[in-house]
Amino acid sequence: MKYGTEIVVLALAAFAALVAAAMAQDVPFQQHMWVLFFVLLGTVVVLMRNTTFAPRRAAAIPLRPDASAYMDGPVRYGSVATMFWGVVGFLVGVVVALQLAYPDLNIEPWFNFGRMRPLHTSAVVFAFGGNALIATSFYVVQRTCRARLFGGNLAWFVFWGYQLFIVMAATGYLLGITQSREYAEPEWYVDLWLTIVWVAYLVVFLGTIVRRKEPHIYVANWFYLSFIVTIAMLHVVNNLAMPVSIFGSKSYSLFAGVQDALTQWWYGHNAVGFFLTAGFLGMMYYFVPKQVNRPVYSYRLSIIHFWALIFLYIWAGPHHLHYTALPDWAQTLGMVFSVMLWMPSWGGMINGLMTLSGAWDKLRTDPIVRMMVLAIAFYGMSTFEGPMMSIKVVNSLSHYTDWTIGHVHSGALGWVGMITFGAVYFMVPKLWGRERLYSLRLVTWHFWLATLGIVVYAAVMWVSGIQQGLMWREYDDQGFLVYSFAETVAAMYPYYVVRAVGGLLFLSGALVMAYNITMTILGYEREEEPIGGQLASPESVLKPAE
Amino acid sequence: MSDTEKNIDKISGVATTGHEWDGIRELDNPMPRWWVWTFYATIIWSIGYTVAYPAWPLISSATSGLLGYSSRQELAATLDRVAADQADLRAAVGEKPLEEILADETLRRFAASAGAAAFNVNCSQCHGSGAEGSAGYPNLNDDDWLWGGDIEAIYQTIAHGVRFTGDAETRFSEMPPFGDLLSAQETQQIAAYVASLTGDPSDDASATAGASLFADNCAACHGEDGTGDQTFGAPNLADAIWFYGATEADIATQIRKPRHGVMPGWQARLGKTTVKQLSVYVHSLGGAE
Repeated sequence: MKYGTEIVVLALAAFAALVAAAMAQDVPFQQHMWVLFFVLLGTVVVLMRNTTFAPRRAAAIPLRPDASAYMDGPVRYGSVATMFWGVVGFLVGVVVALQLAYPDLNIEPWFNFGRMRPLHTSAVVFAFGGNALIATSFYVVQRTCRARLFGGNLAWFVFWGYQLFIVMAATGYLLGITQSREYAEPEWYVDLWLTIVWVAYLVVFLGTIVRRKEPHIYVANWFYLSFIVTIAMLHVVNNLAMPVSIFGSKSYSLFAGVQDALTQWWYGHNAVGFFLTAGFLGMMYYFVPKQVNRPVYSYRLSIIHFWALIFLYIWAGPHHLHYTALPDWAQTLGMVFSVMLWMPSWGGMINGLMTLSGAWDKLRTDPIVRMMVLAIAFYGMSTFEGPMMSIKVVNSLSHYTDWTIGHVHSGALGWVGMITFGAVYFMVPKLWGRERLYSLRLVTWHFWLATLGIVVYAAVMWVSGIQQGLMWREYDDQGFLVYSFAETVAAMYPYYVVRAVGGLLFLSGALVMAYNITMTILGYEREEEPIGGQLASPESVLKPAE
Repeated sequence: MSDTEKNIDKISGVATTGHEWDGIRELDNPMPRWWVWTFYATIIWSIGYTVAYPAWPLISSATSGLLGYSSRQELAATLDRVAADQADLRAAVGEKPLEEILADETLRRFAASAGAAAFNVNCSQCHGSGAEGSAGYPNLNDDDWLWGGDIEAIYQTIAHGVRFTGDAETRFSEMPPFGDLLSAQETQQIAAYVASLTGDPSDDASATAGASLFADNCAACHGEDGTGDQTFGAPNLADAIWFYGATEADIATQIRKPRHGVMPGWQARLGKTTVKQLSVYVHSLGGAE
């Protein structure tokens, strides 16, 4: 029977969710279990409609799929999921940006800013970024190891399990379930589920590396592996918590006070470091050389900057807690490790940009290369900005202001977003066996919309952040604070409006991409002139004078 | 073709490492010197910084650094310095009567600055960041005062509040709900009359009828001419400044069932000196007497 085991397991899980809803100790948990029940039930129904009950006879089993061929099903699904969650995440981003400019848009209780913000951050970081990392890592590890994904259907479990995590996290936020840890908001039971999925991911990835047919492990895989291993550790430690009830949505952290804060920011900073930096460097190390068709610039640089990066990053978290109850010595270490991190981060930028040497002309004709180069440029910019902001005097101005938001977004929109777009544009035609993308001209449109959006966003947040910081510390000649907090909020209004416009530009670029990708998958090709002008045809060049 | 030749990248002329993954090769370029040296420089700087500042954790404490820096001490020192700088002026504000503070330019400026800062934290929520007020919350910039606009009256209001149950000395008055005493028509007529004090009433006949009703029912507190009485906190109705709306309908609503604002008394919470500073600040806004 096709999907037999899956149907039975999911039906049992749906029943367990129903029982949990019945036994729930608090209303949000009950609602959340109902959500889970309907999600699982829906999946069971879909599977049952696609099943066949004919017993499997040995002769009827089609030839085993060629185990040597790559397993690209989860990669295809992952590419679509990346695009889907990207659009969702950017859309929610525009909504929360508008909520800040126009507070009347806060719709109580489910759609107020407090619940929508983690929805935005998680949708972009974990749903969009996470799916992009899972999909590309599966794509890259198979090709650079010349081995099929390890573990058979485990890769499918990773994909679908991760989507369930996203749905549970997102619905939980809207229902008001949160453990109030930034970027780790989901409560204990969702965390446990993610742990299971993540370990499966590690097994698939590591297993594939172990059965590789190449003598060496390619640098992209070092980065992917460091990302998977470290995220597992960070996730488990930061979410150590005791649930109030096994049928309740509330839990209490194992850590208290400043130790809890430090654990959270050790996690929070390394979520940036290993999820948004190391993981996406892995992506860069495969897709940039492939797209420009040039060798990686320096092997030695890749080794040194990899080890320096992962060694230094893990200590930099305390810079999120400058001038707090955190002891001075920990603040110092957080700061100096961040400053030392500058060059290791730039090693990736150098290797990425210099890989283009000998192929810079492609910037003119290939908008995908343009996207990747812009991604690397933003990577370089924000990995300089980050160490700078970690310096205590700078931090005393920038901390808690929109400058931080601008910094995060030049990294997230510029680096993470653009490198992911480039990778998806690269993969999709190959995954679906298409000659080329539906339209390269639309990629150019996407490039400019996104670039304009990022520049508007980042520039506006720099201005508003620095103004905010200066207003907060403005003293008059008698030594008294000049502005009330509400005045500094009111002063942000024009910036918040323009920021929403920047976000809207970025979102519209992503919608163009979604259309382009959809048409590519469906097998259409738009008739258009190649970028950079028509290639001269032999007749036009060699036409003899008449 | 020998191995070495095969491992040379034709475009750059640089050797590759000889590895290849899915068509990707790696050049054997050295690390850029500037990169290496900058990296070393940040490491050296970091070591120096950790020697100068508290950094390395030991068993029960941490190295305290050659500079002996501590962020708590730095904060405490800054606060002490500011407190010391302001100590004399603050003491003078505490001791001297309000009139004398107003007369002394240095003291007045200091008290107004301090009052502005305190106002931002404690008062702007109701009265607005610019003390411009809003419906039901008085504007403090104009010359229309409910309970008096000289410095002593302002002080009294801030110190003990208005209709504030937590303070026995609070200012108190309550306009009765005339909806229980007057007919709807009479209420409307009074409203028309009150509107006529500063503009054109909707109906002159009603306003005329309202005039005698006003004299009988309202003039005791608001005065014969409707200019109010600060002893009772009775608003001036003849100055086109309105508390709960300017239309006849708004006025009629207020006559039928008056709303009574409450302001907390601040002396118990902020202390006498700060209340004095707040008074000087409010007094400085322009409309004070």
